[in-house]
Amino acid sequence: MPVFPFQCNDSLRHNRSMANIRELDVNGTRRRIDADAGRTLLSVLREDLDLTGTKYGCGEGQCAACTVLIDGQPVRSCVTMVGAVAGKRIVTIEGLAPEGKLHAMQEAFLEADAMQCGYCTAGMILGAVALLRSNPNPSDAEIVSGMNGHICRCGTYPRIVRAIHAAAGKGGRA
Amino acid sequence: MRRRDFFAAFGGGIAVLLVDDARAQQGGRGGMNRQMPQDVGAWLHIGEDGVVTAYTGKVEVGQNSRTSLTAAVAEELRVPVASVRFIMGDTALTPFDGGTSGSQTTPMMWPQIRRAAATAREMLLDLAAQKWNADRASISIANGKAASGSHTAGFGELTQGQKIVKTISANVPLTPATEWKVAGTSVPKIAGREMVTGAHKYPSDTKRPNMLHGKILYPPQFGAKLASLDQSAAEAMAGVKVVHEVLASPRAGFGGDVVGVAAPDAETASKAVAALRAEWTPAAAQPSSSDVYAYFKQNAEGEAAPGAGLITYTIAYIAHVPLEPRAAVAEWNNGKLTVWTGTQSPFGVRRELMAHFQLPEESVHVMMPDTGSGYGGKHQGDAAIEAAILAKAAGRPVQRNWTREEEMTWAYFRPGALIEVGGKANPDGAIAAWEFHNYNGGASALRTPYHVPNAREQFHQTKSPLRQGSYRCLAATANNFARECYMDDLAHSIGMDPLAFRLKNASNDDRLRAVMEAATERFGWANRKKTPNHGFGMAAGFEKGGHVATCVEIGVTNGAVKVLRVVEAFECGAVVNPEQLRNQVEGAIAMGLGGALFERVEFAGGKIASNRLSRYRVPRFADMPAIESVLLDRKDLTSAGAGECPIIGIAPAVGNAIFDATGQRVRSLPMAPQGLGGSASGTG
Repeated sequence: MPVFPFQCNDSLRHNRSMANIRELDVNGTRRRIDADAGRTLLSVLREDLDLTGTKYGCGEGQCAACTVLIDGQPVRSCVTMVGAVAGKRIVTIEGLAPEGKLHAMQEAFLEADAMQCGYCTAGMILGAVALLRSNPNPSDAEIVSGMNGHICRCGTYPRIVRAIHAAAGKGGRA
Repeated sequence: MRRRDFFAAFGGGIAVLLVDDARAQQGGRGGMNRQMPQDVGAWLHIGEDGVVTAYTGKVEVGQNSRTSLTAAVAEELRVPVASVRFIMGDTALTPFDGGTSGSQTTPMMWPQIRRAAATAREMLLDLAAQKWNADRASISIANGKAASGSHTAGFGELTQGQKIVKTISANVPLTPATEWKVAGTSVPKIAGREMVTGAHKYPSDTKRPNMLHGKILYPPQFGAKLASLDQSAAEAMAGVKVVHEVLASPRAGFGGDVVGVAAPDAETASKAVAALRAEWTPAAAQPSSSDVYAYFKQNAEGEAAPGAGLITYTIAYIAHVPLEPRAAVAEWNNGKLTVWTGTQSPFGVRRELMAHFQLPEESVHVMMPDTGSGYGGKHQGDAAIEAAILAKAAGRPVQRNWTREEEMTWAYFRPGALIEVGGKANPDGAIAAWEFHNYNGGASALRTPYHVPNAREQFHQTKSPLRQGSYRCLAATANNFARECYMDDLAHSIGMDPLAFRLKNASNDDRLRAVMEAATERFGWANRKKTPNHGFGMAAGFEKGGHVATCVEIGVTNGAVKVLRVVEAFECGAVVNPEQLRNQVEGAIAMGLGGALFERVEFAGGKIASNRLSRYRVPRFADMPAIESVLLDRKDLTSAGAGECPIIGIAPAVGNAIFDATGQRVRSLPMAPQGLGGSASGTG
């Protein structure tokens, strides 16, 4: 059988509290919401907070287009309940360049032309930022294993590997 | 838009309308665009503020046509790339277009938009000559300005107060490729910054005030018919509107009944659909993914091939899996319909909407934001029709974003195929006989590019149990797989090197020989040394105006095939953008690896089993070989499209390498869904 690389984080997936969630810490700002704790973080980000840079791709944590950072860790927001992330620091692609100055990883993706349709790009960039935080200077093999849960259907994988190397060279874990 | 409204909308300035001679000769094309002349293929406007805006009905789905077309305008108008705005795929603003397919944007639209821009440049020269009473030859245009002696003026200053329209035909001379300064260079992706920051709004990101979320109740199997429906529980839910309508032209497998809901949020919409109580009349027995190949042959129209002595190849149905599933937002205002949707054919979607709602053309407006890929899979307007039906009933805008499961079940698939091949090679390497039959897959690349006397090549239409449609390079992948694998068998039968055998039989095609020579030279074909379970393969072909040759090196471990290295030479005339061409070539190889090794749609009883990414494997980082692309830049030839052809070489090259490594000839795509012969425990 094919091997699928992504394992869901069960503590985030199944933490359902009955109360509605009233506030989220998103991109350094406290945002008022009123969302059932059992809703996915992806739908709250996109529908309630209008942060549409985070993408739906599969709804089962298989493609990682919906990746966001929770307390610095990459998480699939399509299988993460919003009740599990209240009080935690959430960073979406919109929070990576808040002052309009691109993050080194964003620059590296542009320089390597590491996208075609761009739909996977936000998730790829956040996954790559998290990878460099845990491993500032990864080998090719470490990038491949670290990023293998992300799908780029346009097949720009070799360019993404190049972009991650380039960003690592410039301290892209900032 | 009506011609007389053009300047009303855009103000003064220069407008160039390009008449597409080829399209004019085709006549009215069913009167699909009554507002603009049928024959206008492109237009371009330079406003009084100097802003250059170009318009095309083509769309951007990741193939980077927005960038290449923008570079074309910048080249001919002598302006910076950043100063050109491109409006694409908007049925109210852009010329009619038959759809973005067949790699036609570059060969068709690129020269048209260049001609429009070149004409505008000449008009600006005329205006500058008048303004300064100067000799036209003394005026230069560069960097968005006209200059002559001490005079300089921006384009806006030259056109101030005037409204000048010029209609041109397609014979305006263009800057030759050898003199290109912007075209032919690696202009960076337009809107790349919006993609890395998440700012770009894809179709599924569209939001409208008071928008509801729509969901459809799909049948439990293809062909099942709605027998009864109890919608009371769903209707009792707060804010939920239930809709039941009958489609004028039923979708294949879907039936005529559209049952759906519109709700304040997507979760409620899902719960409301779950609360619908429907009974279905089951469909008649249908073939499964394992017995469909016999079904193709049994149901072939006309005379089937005798089959005796022919070798059989099978090609599985595969799914496009665009990472952005189908999506649409529909909004009604005073009987007029506006739709934002991801489609390769905005004018085709408009036609579908006009037909369903019995509306005139001016009452339907379809817009296509740059979309999260298509690969030939987004030609139909299913999501748009669903959204529009729900929005009309709800009286509010409705978003209808398909789920992954819906995308992988209710879209359409690349056709499965049965292919039968026979032939014979003489001891000197000449092909003495050639017979080739494709059932259901399609006729693209049916004909061999090699010199063969008395070839018999036929495409046989038959029945398909699944809804099927176009896919990147259509049947060329299937037909090239069978042909190039069989070519290898023929070479082997006479003990000839596969490259030498192909070169000998491609004596009538210099371009094909050139890519074979380029790829094998870079690959080091002559020095390859196979060892047990480690082998090499090559393949070549042409399609959609491009020529491609692919060399691969693979290793086989416990039946698991790992592609280690790929060198692909590609030639598509004058190269428009080298870096983005390499990107397309690499991406096509990556995508092609999936169909070559493990992608297949599994189905039985009218149900798709492989309807999610956890059940349908697509290529990932770990599947990637080292890829080298060799671009042959033929500045003497017209530029052809590049989004498709580079995909056709990888599957047969890998198949030939498997044969080289193991002696095992695999004649089915995918070749190793669970390892060769099902022996591998995992290949991911």
